Amino acid sequence: MGTIRTIIFGLSLTLLSLSAHAEWALNLSPGVTEVSRSVYDLHMTIFWICVAIGVVVFGVMFWSIFHHRKSRGAEAHHFHEHTLVEVAWTIVPLGILIAMAVPATATLVKMYDPSEADLDVQITGYQWKWRYTYLDQDLDFFSNLTTPQEQIGNEQAKGEHYLLEVDRHLVLPTDTKIRLLLTANDVIHSWWVPALAVKKDAVPGFINEAWTRIDEPGIYRGQCAELCGKDHGFMPIVVEAVPPEQFQQWLAEVKAEKQAEVAAAEKSWTLDELMTQGEQVYLRACAACHQPTGTGIPPAFPALKGSPVALGDVGTHIDIVLNGSPATAMQAFRDQLSATELAAVITYERNAWGNSTGEAVSPSQIAGILAGNADTAGEGAQ
Amino acid sequence: MSTMDTAAPGVHEEHHGPASGIGRWLFTTNHKDIGTLYLWFSLLMFLIGGVMALLIRSELFQPGLQLVEPGFFNQLTTMHGLIMVFGAVMPAFVGLANWMVPLMIGAPDMALPRMNNWSFWILPFAFAILVSTLFMDGGAPNFGWTFYAPLSTTYAPPSVTYFIFAIHIMGASSIMGAINIIATILNLRAPGMTMMKLPLFVWTWLITAFLLIAVMPVLAGVVTMMLMDIHFGTSFFNAAGGGDPVLFQHVFWFFGHPEVYIMILPAFGIVSQILPTFSRKKLFGYASMVYATASIAILSFLVWAHHMFTVGLPLVGELFFMFATMLIAVPTGVKVFNWVATMYRGSLTFETPMLFAIAFVVLFTIGGFSGLMLAIAPVDFQYHDTYFVVAHFHYVLVPGAIFSIMAGVYYWLPKWTGHALNEGMGKLHFWCSFIGVNITFFPMHFLGLAGMPRRIPDYALQFADFNMVATVGAFIFGFSQLLFVWNVIHCIRSRETVSAQVWEGAHGLEWEVPSPAPYHTHTTPPRVE
Repeated sequence: MGTIRTIIFGLSLTLLSLSAHAEWALNLSPGVTEVSRSVYDLHMTIFWICVAIGVVVFGVMFWSIFHHRKSRGAEAHHFHEHTLVEVAWTIVPLGILIAMAVPATATLVKMYDPSEADLDVQITGYQWKWRYTYLDQDLDFFSNLTTPQEQIGNEQAKGEHYLLEVDRHLVLPTDTKIRLLLTANDVIHSWWVPALAVKKDAVPGFINEAWTRIDEPGIYRGQCAELCGKDHGFMPIVVEAVPPEQFQQWLAEVKAEKQAEVAAAEKSWTLDELMTQGEQVYLRACAACHQPTGTGIPPAFPALKGSPVALGDVGTHIDIVLNGSPATAMQAFRDQLSATELAAVITYERNAWGNSTGEAVSPSQIAGILAGNADTAGEGAQ
Repeated sequence: MSTMDTAAPGVHEEHHGPASGIGRWLFTTNHKDIGTLYLWFSLLMFLIGGVMALLIRSELFQPGLQLVEPGFFNQLTTMHGLIMVFGAVMPAFVGLANWMVPLMIGAPDMALPRMNNWSFWILPFAFAILVSTLFMDGGAPNFGWTFYAPLSTTYAPPSVTYFIFAIHIMGASSIMGAINIIATILNLRAPGMTMMKLPLFVWTWLITAFLLIAVMPVLAGVVTMMLMDIHFGTSFFNAAGGGDPVLFQHVFWFFGHPEVYIMILPAFGIVSQILPTFSRKKLFGYASMVYATASIAILSFLVWAHHMFTVGLPLVGELFFMFATMLIAVPTGVKVFNWVATMYRGSLTFETPMLFAIAFVVLFTIGGFSGLMLAIAPVDFQYHDTYFVVAHFHYVLVPGAIFSIMAGVYYWLPKWTGHALNEGMGKLHFWCSFIGVNITFFPMHFLGLAGMPRRIPDYALQFADFNMVATVGAFIFGFSQLLFVWNVIHCIRSRETVSAQVWEGAHGLEWEVPSPAPYHTHTTPPRVE
């Protein structure tokens, strides 16, 4: 018995010293919602039940290993069944399972609470970014990874939020019931923010529902949890929870910015201005597939450098960028980028890496096409 | 290669000894030869899949992209999973069944020897096709071994068609193997070998074979639906055409969940053979072991959607699959308790097979605990598709299925070769594997709980420390498998002979035939009292 005590003591000491290092995160976080806290409690309850069962089972086993070894002169006892014991270790675990199922069911029912929400946000997964649409608010934007390629390629020191940082946060009010409606544009994604204990698949063609009510203001980070192709590891989620008044203020600011963007499309842009902005847009929205050098990763992601699309008819080029190319990984960018950004990036693609058409596509031209709400630029490529 | 040659006196007489040269292996209908082929094939696949695992772990040694592109990383995880599941674990169990089932039940061979040859020899072609996709334009399948649509259909690389064909061949091989095992066990038992006297390994394989016959056609069905969607314009899994991507997951996991028991039930059987031998005591609760195995098999058809708790099932669906899944803990618990009771008050010795079997019980149980945690739907939302799941299924598959296979090989190898193992090297292999496997997979529990999703080539900085630890463990585990290869070759070439019984506490028909087992055994059926 002395040996076993020493071992258990040693093990618990090791565990304690491990948990003393905060950077070695060992466990779920309790999170910042009522649901996430009950999930955490449930997780810990079941963990400790498993530990208790483990101590008993492994205890008996190691007892046998130490005491019933032949080298110690142990003689085998010839019993090989015992109805009462066998019935007991069938019934008792069943009881333990029922005891686990009760709180589990309660938590699950709480997660499926169908009552009305105060704010509805549609979340759409794209390869490899998230789109957030605030329903009834006329607000809609994409959220892209901002970690620079140089950090990923180990040419630069990695920042504090390496791979967990995006250009636009999903801003949500605290103390408000928020309904999340999830869908996807291409393949299945899964929207997961551990601090909210929300993980729900975004399935193309279907809408899933989840909800949350955040108690504490703060920034909560998560990631796509369903393998969705090449850059599955590079489409993080950042939720910024702010008090409701601040949320209203933020809404007003964002809407004002949007107005300014529309105005910008109406001014006239020089080729150089478009090229400068186009490069930024390209690196953010296009380079993951078509590569910063425009050489692509054929055959899935064709090269733009010297490509017939980038050098040929501008109408076709605009059509593909705006509406995507069916049955390929090429997405429709008409909703993802503003008219100015679209014009800039198309101009950039037609004039970068030795593509020298000298043609500039003006933001107002794109704005016109978008306003016409039809793919007037293409020859009906659909 | 010719370990059995010396045992057969009339080498040149067709019916008494093996043919010579490559023809022996190509045309053989002998269960021992085919078992050997399966086992060598599985070892080769294990090493190939293992190299892929080490590449994956190397990329994950530090944050940032160092060795492989994200696209190729996905090909590696996909191929690693497919090769290990269909190429390493399943063929190894079939190989052990080929060798041991006829020896254990007193049969002269498998019931359908020609089909036996065919079911092995189509496998190398299936894997040649699968591995060749790595060299194709657009690369190998990159959508994970679970190949969820539409990533595996509309968005798949062109090589997906070859993948589908390879899966079809593997499925055909498994189904033929399963039919053969069922036919053998039901028809070729020696007089007096009643069903409730069958060794547990035979029982677990009989049940596994029924599972295979039930679900491999489902797998064939789902890949055929993919083929239709990709090439023939159907829309089974495409919402735009009236289909549903989630349908894919239902069909896949209706195959997939019984499949995970296909990979563990024979392991239960092997361990139930080994523990009594080295405890010098009969298996505790034989009948309840059989019933528990059958219960697990039946329940395995009712729990598939626990892999899909986050796809948006209705509340009632979640509850049903949660309760059904939790129920599996009961028969699984019975098995673990029986093993412990078998060891209790025995007279234990710790030869290499016993060490692997004990490690199996402990580490499989740890995998069982994390499985129970995963069954709880509301907390599964936090675990799903994280490294917690990776830790869970590697605990049941590596120190679970793989350890049981190694235990079985060490246990029966002296019977096959007639030569003794090098115990020292066997123990060295065990301890390196045991330590390596835990350093690799235990930290993954922490990674998953801390929020690291699976199948990502690069990760946030808070995951760096445990990933580094896991990679170190993976290299310890990976390279210690070379000791296994050495041990097997050494045992084949050793001059140290063993008795028919080999192990002091071993009982059963397989220990009554000479060591090495002659090319033809039980040509006149033994009588079982």
